[in-house]
Amino acid sequence: MRTVLYLMAALAVMGLAFWSYQENYKTRDALGEVRSLHAQIGTNHERLRMLRAEWAYLNRPDRLSDLAEINFDRLGLLPLMPDAFGRIDQIIYPLPDILPIIVPIEVNSAPVPRGEDAL
Amino acid sequence: MIRTPLRPLARILKARDRGEDTHAIEAENLRLRHEAMRDTARLRAEGRLLVLGAMFAIAFGTIGMRMGALAGAAPEEPVATVKGNPIIGQRADITDRNGRILATNLETHSLYAHPQDMVDPVYAAGELVKIFPELKEEKLLADFTGDRKFLWIRRQISPEQMQAVHDIGSTGLLFGPREMRLYPNGAIASHILGGASYGREGVASAEVIGVAGVEREFDERLRDPAREGEPLSLSIDLTVQAAAEEVLAGGMSIMNAKGAASVLMDLHTGEIISMVSLPDFDPNNRPQVLTTGDQSDSPLFNRAVQGVYELGSVFKIFAVAQAMELGLIGQDTMIDTKGPLQWGRFKIRDFHDYGAQLSTMDVVVKSSNIGTARIAMQIGAERQQEFLKSLGFMEATPVELSEAPSGAPLLPHNWSEISTMTISYGHGLSSSPLHLAAGYASLLNGGTRIEPTLIRRSTPQNGPRVVSEEISKQARDMLRQVVVRGTASFGEVAGYEVGGKTGTADKPKERGGGYYDDKVIATFASVFPANDPKYVLIVTFDEPSENSGEKPRRTAGWTAVPVAAEMIRRTAPLLGLRPQVDSSEAIGVTLTSN
Repeated sequence: MRTVLYLMAALAVMGLAFWSYQENYKTRDALGEVRSLHAQIGTNHERLRMLRAEWAYLNRPDRLSDLAEINFDRLGLLPLMPDAFGRIDQIIYPLPDILPIIVPIEVNSAPVPRGEDAL
Repeated sequence: MIRTPLRPLARILKARDRGEDTHAIEAENLRLRHEAMRDTARLRAEGRLLVLGAMFAIAFGTIGMRMGALAGAAPEEPVATVKGNPIIGQRADITDRNGRILATNLETHSLYAHPQDMVDPVYAAGELVKIFPELKEEKLLADFTGDRKFLWIRRQISPEQMQAVHDIGSTGLLFGPREMRLYPNGAIASHILGGASYGREGVASAEVIGVAGVEREFDERLRDPAREGEPLSLSIDLTVQAAAEEVLAGGMSIMNAKGAASVLMDLHTGEIISMVSLPDFDPNNRPQVLTTGDQSDSPLFNRAVQGVYELGSVFKIFAVAQAMELGLIGQDTMIDTKGPLQWGRFKIRDFHDYGAQLSTMDVVVKSSNIGTARIAMQIGAERQQEFLKSLGFMEATPVELSEAPSGAPLLPHNWSEISTMTISYGHGLSSSPLHLAAGYASLLNGGTRIEPTLIRRSTPQNGPRVVSEEISKQARDMLRQVVVRGTASFGEVAGYEVGGKTGTADKPKERGGGYYDDKVIATFASVFPANDPKYVLIVTFDEPSENSGEKPRRTAGWTAVPVAAEMIRRTAPLLGLRPQVDSSEAIGVTLTSN
């Protein structure tokens, strides 16, 4: 009986040792991954900042107004002026679509014979 | 184990034969047995003590070793328990009210040298000069071959330059990471942003510190790591600021002015939407502070905040509004304007002769100095001081700029009756355009005190009451009439109901002794829309002269007003203000298709 107990205890110790060994290495792996993720976040942040700065630089008002001037022929952009605001009643309603032509259109200019329907 | 008997039969029998006492044998054996037992027990106890001691020694030894190791090892961050984002440790961005970037950081590199590690200093120096033409080859070579162990070559280099230096291939040329403050919009809002430079520098990093403007005022806030780089949101609108700068710069060149300033402020929240001071500078490449001469000639000088000038007739509305608030006069009370008004050895004159009397409204509309001075005499010095104090004219503006305290107003040493009279029409008290903007905002927003701010906010300030709402409305009506039929007729902008007051003040001579005849400060202080006030705009020109006519025109009505009108025309739509058009006919509507 006692021998069995000893044997069990020894096996348990070995099992636990094996488990903790594995956990240890898993943790190290996870930490390493966290480190590399942080580094990745860092470089992405840096890149994001760089892109934001570049965006801001490319959209600086001086450049945009110069570009609007250069491309005036194509775009016709002007500074926003009060006359850009209109009133709602100055805008016409959308025109209804033209109805489909069902009956053939008379293309002959000759007078329609009497007594017949004009259509 | 063989147990020795206490009474061995052989010895007992022998002893009996000899007639000896057998008890002695037993006692002797008992003693021997006890001695043996004692020895074993001691041995065992000693062994246990030894084991125990060894255990303690090992335990304490382990702890001691660990402590020693911890004390000796370099500190290490606990990687497994990092909270938040460990990356963002940089200076925070500054953005405008809509989140557009005004200031940000850029990762660059610095270049330094370890001359002792160089293999071929002559070649390295030669190649470096090719990359950086401003370096002197002889000096570099002297540094490289001397006994210096370390020297900075460049504080900041671009990626292209870094690659070029890499290609030299010298082992003694090294790079360090370096953060650079970048203002992507160039000179726009330069006086507000100020600028940044390096504080303590090391090879691995350098401290970026603000040297002026909001960068300096909010230095701590921008560097605070606890905020994790949360951007600082200003009240400035980048688009409006850019449009205002463009219009003001155009106006300044047409009016041949030496300098110009404008302030556009939301008169309910006190937010400064745009603040321009010309000439300006590029904060990416901040010019040196002038060491000699007048600081106000430097582009670094913020005319809108630091430039204190006698602003002239724009002050008249304060005297009139106060007198009406006190119940001394009404809008239609007739005021004596017979000139000149003699006080001691001083004479107060009007620009034109306006006859014997004018109504209060017309005193403002026609800008009569005599009429305003008479009103001020009724108010008295003490009440005038109190009123101007309640509008913020007695101390530097509380705006969040490091330069703000240097924009303290210049007050008369002795506030006599003549001071009261001259201050009522804007002479004898020097204040900045920003003071004026805050004063107009306080007077016209319904009558509550406004303190100018550069930080974005969304709620009205609801400061202490300065004048009643009724008086505030009447003041707006008067200002509106100035534009409709008075000195600021060029200020009319269709649909925006501009109201305002002009002010043309002769510049005092720098060395004292009176005023220049041909140098003026021309100011237009305006509010729009006058019937539902939203914004206050101040435009000031330093020494303008409009030369299209036969003789140069310098009054504000010819210089500041048309520029202000153009500025309103450009900025009001950007601020989302619709023009108020009453008739349904298309007034100036540009039809894009017919």
